[in-house]
Amino acid sequence: MTDRVYMKGNEALAYGALKAKLNAYFAYPITPSSEIPETLAREFGSEEYPDFKVFLQSASELEAINMVLGAAAGGVRAMTATSSPGFSLKQEGLSYAAGMELPFLVVNIMRGGPGLGNIAPEQGDYFQMTKGGGHGSYRMIVLAPNSVQEMASFPKIAFDLAFKYRNPVCIAGDAFTGQLKEDTVFPKIEATEYDVSSWAITGARGRERHVLNSMNLDPEVHAKHVTHLDEKYKCVERNEVRYESYLTDDAEVILSAFGITSRICKSVVNNLRSQGSKIGLFRPITLWPFPYDEVKKLTEHANHFLVVELNTGQMVEDIRLGVEGKAGVDFFGKVGGLLPTEREIEDKIQSPAEEEISD
Amino acid sequence: MTTQEPSLEPYRKKLGRLDALTDKPTHYCQGCEHGELTRLIASAIENLGIRERTAMIDSVGCSVLAFDYLNIDHIQSPHGRAPAIATGLKRVRPELVVYTVQGDGDTLAIGLLEVMYAAIRGQPISVFLVNNAIYGMTGGQMAPTTLKGQITTTTPYGRDIEFTGAPVDACKLLSAIDGSAYVKRVSLAISEVETPRGKSYSIKNILEAKQAIENAFKVQLMGGFSFVECLSSCWVNWKLPIMEAKRFVNEQLVKQYPLGTYKDRFGIEKK
Repeated sequence: MTDRVYMKGNEALAYGALKAKLNAYFAYPITPSSEIPETLAREFGSEEYPDFKVFLQSASELEAINMVLGAAAGGVRAMTATSSPGFSLKQEGLSYAAGMELPFLVVNIMRGGPGLGNIAPEQGDYFQMTKGGGHGSYRMIVLAPNSVQEMASFPKIAFDLAFKYRNPVCIAGDAFTGQLKEDTVFPKIEATEYDVSSWAITGARGRERHVLNSMNLDPEVHAKHVTHLDEKYKCVERNEVRYESYLTDDAEVILSAFGITSRICKSVVNNLRSQGSKIGLFRPITLWPFPYDEVKKLTEHANHFLVVELNTGQMVEDIRLGVEGKAGVDFFGKVGGLLPTEREIEDKIQSPAEEEISD
Repeated sequence: MTTQEPSLEPYRKKLGRLDALTDKPTHYCQGCEHGELTRLIASAIENLGIRERTAMIDSVGCSVLAFDYLNIDHIQSPHGRAPAIATGLKRVRPELVVYTVQGDGDTLAIGLLEVMYAAIRGQPISVFLVNNAIYGMTGGQMAPTTLKGQITTTTPYGRDIEFTGAPVDACKLLSAIDGSAYVKRVSLAISEVETPRGKSYSIKNILEAKQAIENAFKVQLMGGFSFVECLSSCWVNWKLPIMEAKRFVNEQLVKQYPLGTYKDRFGIEKK
């Protein structure tokens, strides 16, 4: 593959994972994420990606995530991708993986919900991804790309974070970032080698046995385990926050959005800046850990926030937590697969009112 | 002069201490066949010299604490998903011998898809099913293998198969799948025998089970999916004395679940 290509976000993500030396992929088809397994199936066995040794289509989303657990336990770079209804089914596995501290990449190309919803884009899984969709006190690192370029470059970041913290990492795309076609550059990257020798399941040869387990019947022992996980999450919160600030230095009004809606909001900022408005864009890239401190800093000069999402108001709750009542926070959402227009967002800024949802 | 704790090592050797077992006493109820299965698996692993390349996927149920007892690598699986985890591990580490120990509820209710698909793919792993016709760990509810009319906490008036469906025959199901290579049903319950000197106990069932477990590992090493169903008792939840429960296995359970070889595609039993 050449370095510069024109392709879909889902395809770019697949190649990004291959270039980050993906070892094993477990697939279950679901629209609008299926180009990821389809691209990987085509490349499986190609000489260009000698590390890509396992591609297997499962019989269910549950089977796929548990296969990922088994492969990750083996210490290799494992991955699966799905879309919202499938992501719901993965929650059990994600809880176990967090408990066992297994590193892997799970991709959620979000579509309409709840229930079967539709196959059009929404961002309604924000709560599920960032607040823990499975049982127990655990966290998952969530990266939200907003372009095909980022779909291509985030798998490497995701694997690095997963192995650094021994934790599942999620790339949260949506049907737009998955289906969008854009010019993409694949820079030469050096995939990191990860040391898994202290925990991976490789057979107890010349070493003590390894036990990967999320269960401790003794309350004292389990409390210690959950506290250890919590300390790890706090370390992630201190060190791994990622965000994009665009023209926010003097901004009195902040537009905040993640993923595809941030692209529309950027245009709004450019339009209104040209008319003299002091407006900027704040885009969280890690949805967890969430950039609360940076949001708080913005309130030193910003007195109004407008959060734009493809749901009925989810990230807006985290913005409010960051703002701590020091500025007004409005919300504008679109659902069902509809996108807000620049004009709609501009109108909303110029006449802030009660939160509203248009359908 | 210092006093030293007397070493237990010579006694352990005499009793046949197995490297594949840890020193931890098991939590299994007195008389439960889970302990026997644990030891039989450990001895099969040692006989085949595969301890350093074997990984167990622990399920949910009475076998959930097996990682404390077998001195090999372990992954503790969500309920029913052990064959999927085994598949993922085996695909990325094909040099490993990977097996699961699962109960009847784990394998045949919540995890039926996972075990069926491991068999459908002919995944070279070994699945050991402990069938005691009841959910043991959760306190005696109806299992897929609960007998017709059997009283459990969720069938307090006896299992009505018009209402619940009939007991599931795992060996029939799995032997019908093209991908499976070895499917066998054994009993882990010792039986009483009359001898000229009075009543005694036969371990014939145990010896047969031991052979079946070794065969299952051998079939996996030859590249096939192997499945051994082990009929067991659960006197606590059946509310029977221990030996009566074992008698129930060998006299009643075997009528619904006949012992024997259901499939042996590689002819391992003839070798």
